[in-house]
Amino acid sequence: MKILVCISKTPDTTSRIAFTDNNSRFDTDKVQFIINPYDEWYALVRAVELKEATGAEVTLIHVGPADGDAILRKALAIGGDRAVRVDADPADAYFVASQIAAFVRSDPHDLILTGKETIDYNGSQVGGMLAGLLDYPFVSLASRLDVAGNLVTLERDISGGKEILEVPLPVVVSCAKGMAEQRIPNMRGIMAARTKPLTVMTAHPADPLTRMVAFELPQTKQGVKLISPDQPEELVRLLHVEAKVI
Amino acid sequence: MSVLVFVEPADGVLRKPAFEAMSYGSRLAAAQNMQAYAVCLDESVPEDSLKQLGAYGAVKVLHDRSACFRPFDAQVFARAVRAAAEAVQARIIVLSLTYNGRALGPLLSAHMQAGLVTGAIDFPETNGEVFRIRKNVFGGKAIATVEVATAVKIIALMPNAVAPVRGEGVAEVETFTSGLQESDRRMRLTGVNKVSGKVALSDAEIVVSAGRGMKGPENWGMIEELAEVLGAATACSRPVADVHWRPHEEHVGQTGLAIRPNLYIAVGISGAIQHLAGVNGSKVIVVINKDPEAPFFKAADYGIVGDAFEVVPALTRALRRFKAGEMTFN
Ligand SMILES: Cc1cc2nc3c(=O)[nH]c(=O)nc-3n(C[C@H](O)[C@H](O)[C@H](O)COP(=O)(O)OP(=O)(O)OC[C@H]3O[C@@H](n4cnc5c(N)ncnc54)[C@H](O)[C@@H]3O)c2cc1C
Ligand SMILES: Nc1ncnc2c1ncn2[C@@H]1O[C@H](COP(=O)(O)O)[C@@H](O)[C@H]1O
Repeated sequence: MKILVCISKTPDTTSRIAFTDNNSRFDTDKVQFIINPYDEWYALVRAVELKEATGAEVTLIHVGPADGDAILRKALAIGGDRAVRVDADPADAYFVASQIAAFVRSDPHDLILTGKETIDYNGSQVGGMLAGLLDYPFVSLASRLDVAGNLVTLERDISGGKEILEVPLPVVVSCAKGMAEQRIPNMRGIMAARTKPLTVMTAHPADPLTRMVAFELPQTKQGVKLISPDQPEELVRLLHVEAKVI
Repeated sequence: MSVLVFVEPADGVLRKPAFEAMSYGSRLAAAQNMQAYAVCLDESVPEDSLKQLGAYGAVKVLHDRSACFRPFDAQVFARAVRAAAEAVQARIIVLSLTYNGRALGPLLSAHMQAGLVTGAIDFPETNGEVFRIRKNVFGGKAIATVEVATAVKIIALMPNAVAPVRGEGVAEVETFTSGLQESDRRMRLTGVNKVSGKVALSDAEIVVSAGRGMKGPENWGMIEELAEVLGAATACSRPVADVHWRPHEEHVGQTGLAIRPNLYIAVGISGAIQHLAGVNGSKVIVVINKDPEAPFFKAADYGIVGDAFEVVPALTRALRRFKAGEMTFN
């Protein structure tokens, strides 16, 4: 079995959120980039577990400029076998999905894993678009994934619960919390990652469908109104009369 | 030309996300001199409830009653919605960003090469060919304006962002045949685990959430009682789910569920930036924490500095009296 894990790069979760160029672009000054947590903790770790259990081969793919190589090396240290970087600006989700689809057409993979969403732009789009372009079944927000032969068993989030599904390979799955536990790369992994293949590919022609043109920060709260701990009735009154939420 | 709204029932009943999407779609249609249609792919919804979509602005509801739509297979849904969109010459497709909506939107976008905005929080700004719409990014820490340049546009509306407006009217319900069949579905459902009797967190209007300040899982009774009087769902911070004090479905934040209830009550949660990312879209935030320096107070509307073990039961008692009509305000 060949598993493809889609790896995106996001600002560290504690980054200061600020914009530049007349609020048209995220300000990357002093920002540390990390592997998108959904891709790292859930998609990648589950892929590595399946590799350990079944001998599957794990390929990583990232669409982005050269600074993504550091992200891919870390993902290799966690356990990927080889990495591919499509050297292009990830203009929008459709453009990214088109790049990954072009790669899969030239180098077929059976199980394609993405994260639930990138934590910067919160798109939740690339996985579904990729499945649409490849005409593979798509299971979103999976919290459990097992493979037996050609059949994948998945648990996925639905409103108020979980659904358990069986889907034959090939399939695209977006991974959410619960699928695996975060792993910290060890020294051996880090050393091994240095010599694993990382191939850079040129972009496949594709046009983005959308463009982010401006950013703003949300209005800040007025300031907290403090209520004395021995006056819970006052909080009830405020929630009813002033905030009108109960 | 028209606006097509995908309405998704839950257990055979149309609920708030469907009404939100419908009234959003019909307001969009009115602004652009178009008709608003709905498409429903669930045979179990009675015709009478579909007619009610007229009160939210639908002129006509296309209803495909094929059994192939159960269980949900996003590819099958995307192909059927596409067929409906083509039948009514839709220029804009609206859906709600529910669990299924997250799968349907991007597939539809790829099938139709139509630009998609997930998690729209507002009506679009249109000016000639320019079509721009706002959405939350960075887990609600910022808002982005997205421009969509394609002829057909897809809007996946953030639940709870735009209130449904109910008026008068009855929609016509028309049987629609998208042509999809059982053999198109590639997945098989083998089980469903519903957390019954509790309010679903993602749709909840009120959420009571607790963190490490609760000391241990045995103390969650008071949190559940507070949630019960309020008809609220329960949630928790990540470390609490990580150590299995609470089920991981309850974990909210940057790496958990992002929610936007009308009221979010946080008990014994410090308010780390990653936690706030999932909850700061809430309309009103109440923080109960014994540490006056807890960062959460900066993001709160109301706060009580005090020991949760005393404050929460007292608040529950006060709410019980309020709910029983024993409290009057002037
Ligand atoms: C990449 C990354 C992603 C993350 N994603 C998430 C996420 O999605 N969601 C999330 O929640 N966290 C997330 N975290 C973790 C986050 O940084 C915090 O560690 C976490 O939110 C803290 O949880 P807490 O507030 O329950 O616990 P603590 O920070 O330990 O706070 C406990 C609070 O309880 C108060 N308290 C103690 N006793 C009482 C009492 N008797 N009465 C009242 N108050 C009391 C204390 O004053 C304190 O403020 C993430 C971290 C990282 C690095
Ligand atoms: N530039 C990228 N390169 C590779 N994979 C990506 C990229 N952007 C997004 N993805 C994958 O798609 C998932 C969903 O991303 P998004 O649609 O941007 O929220 C991520 O969790 C990644 O697995």
